[in-house]
Amino acid sequence: MADQTPVQTPRRSINWGAIGDHTVLILGSLFMLVPLIMVVLTTTVPDVDIIKYGPQLKIGDQFDENFEKAMFEASGFSGANTGTRMLFNSFVLGIGFALGKIVIAMMAAYAIVYFRLRFASLAFWVIFTTLLLPLEVRILPSYEVVQQLGMLNTYQGLIIPLIASATATFFFRQYFRSIPEELVEAARIDGAGPVKFFIDILVPLSKTMIAAMFIIMFVFGWNQYLWPTMITTEEDMYTLVRGIKQITQTLEGTNVPEFGRANLLAVIAILPPVAVVIFFQSWFVKGLTESDK
Amino acid sequence: MKRAGFSTKWMPILLLMPQLVIIAIFFYWPAWHAIQSSFYLQDPFGFGSTFVGLDNYTDLLGNSEYRRVAIFTLVFTVLVTFFSLAIALLLAVKADNVLRGARTYRTLLMWVYAVAPPVAGFIGLIMFDQSWGPLTRLAGVFGWDFVLGVNFNDTAAAMVLVSVWKQIPVNFIFFLSGLQSIPRSVREAALIDNRSATGRFWDVTFPLLAPTGFFLLIINITYALFDTFGIVDTLVKGEPGNNPMTLVYKVYVDGFRGNDLGGSSAQSVILMVLVLALTIFQFRLIDRRIHYT
Repeated sequence: MADQTPVQTPRRSINWGAIGDHTVLILGSLFMLVPLIMVVLTTTVPDVDIIKYGPQLKIGDQFDENFEKAMFEASGFSGANTGTRMLFNSFVLGIGFALGKIVIAMMAAYAIVYFRLRFASLAFWVIFTTLLLPLEVRILPSYEVVQQLGMLNTYQGLIIPLIASATATFFFRQYFRSIPEELVEAARIDGAGPVKFFIDILVPLSKTMIAAMFIIMFVFGWNQYLWPTMITTEEDMYTLVRGIKQITQTLEGTNVPEFGRANLLAVIAILPPVAVVIFFQSWFVKGLTESDK
Repeated sequence: MKRAGFSTKWMPILLLMPQLVIIAIFFYWPAWHAIQSSFYLQDPFGFGSTFVGLDNYTDLLGNSEYRRVAIFTLVFTVLVTFFSLAIALLLAVKADNVLRGARTYRTLLMWVYAVAPPVAGFIGLIMFDQSWGPLTRLAGVFGWDFVLGVNFNDTAAAMVLVSVWKQIPVNFIFFLSGLQSIPRSVREAALIDNRSATGRFWDVTFPLLAPTGFFLLIINITYALFDTFGIVDTLVKGEPGNNPMTLVYKVYVDGFRGNDLGGSSAQSVILMVLVLALTIFQFRLIDRRIHYT
């Protein structure tokens, strides 16, 4: 972005074009940002004020209290789904999913690209057909399988079925194929075996790719909703995103709906993935745009 | 496969095993199961099932409720795809124009990518709250009595708005990196040929962006069909009733809540065929793209 200066029309005294561009961009940014700002500010306002006036662009003094309630007080029957518990579960899902997916995908992509294998093309098709069908369309039978395996309400049941798709494998395959062949020849002449080549050369070479994949997969895992909703029925297994459903349901019917607390939980659910995307945006953009093609 | 690969026999099999096992158990088995049970009528209490051939499919096609959901899904997909692509393209062109602040705008515009769909739906609930939602009030100013969750069209409008909001960042990132990969020489040549910025955009930039656009079209259709599940579920507050819903949501409602396993499976299979067609279309486009990039 920095090394490329956009073409500009010759300068006039006032550059109306640039002003127009900035106006559109500022309006666009406001459209994207204002809803979040309102939700964030609402976490600081007393619930009674919200019921009277709705969300306003002002900062109140209730943040500490709402934070206390959101993180340590449970909203369910069992008393197990506090914010801290849900936050922990979300991290287990996000990190477990990203790591599991990357490890399995790198192994499979390595096998497909670097080995002479009689059934290589069969393995390729068996794996890459999974790109065709999202989990959503086979959701019920997947649930039944997990139930039969006794994996309901477990972290394995939460994570492993989500890994059963070849997106990361496809990216790593594309990436490995772009690495010069001389490298593996040189490694073989030096007497390196497949394991040594993989660990000492291929993995260090793929660092940026691994980081980009980790970011994308972490966000994807953290944000899962349908699958966790189906297979976690015990409240101490809820993730934040899955908990949103319960949070919105508690807003109905109670005397003084706890908007501050609900908004705060929503903000906490947004924070880690958004922070990851913003801090690592160049890696993230690289992973998203270069590998998808 | 690379020319100079390793020829160890058991190694690649070992490497492929984890991925193949997971895919077999959590992808092929459920997918096969969905196809199979779409031809059966299952007893809701699990006492056996009867083979009914294509009855589940003909029932669906003759069902006015299913047709209504299908039509809504079509309209919803068209609106979400169109608006999120158009707004993102406009913002990307403007961000590519400005000399200063392109990075800042990118950061401001991309963060929503990481917001989970149900959380986006939750923000929608807050914005459209019946008594004090800022957007409900705004609609009121124009004499529009907005009732989320009760009026079919109002709920549909909120769904489209939230879904577009959520999808703009992805399109923006792809369009912006597409724009920035257009060589400087091409831009300068265009600048000499055509002084009008609009003319330059339609004659030069737009055709060069078309491949990115086609790719995004598929991504957006898939998004509107599947990834909006969390948005739909939150906005209808788990009460489908008269509310609009998408085909994927109906699979979930009929199968998981209504216990109509055969009908739900038949719906899954119809969706599988739909996605399959989309993917084949996409692969053909990518194939063609390779010739002109």
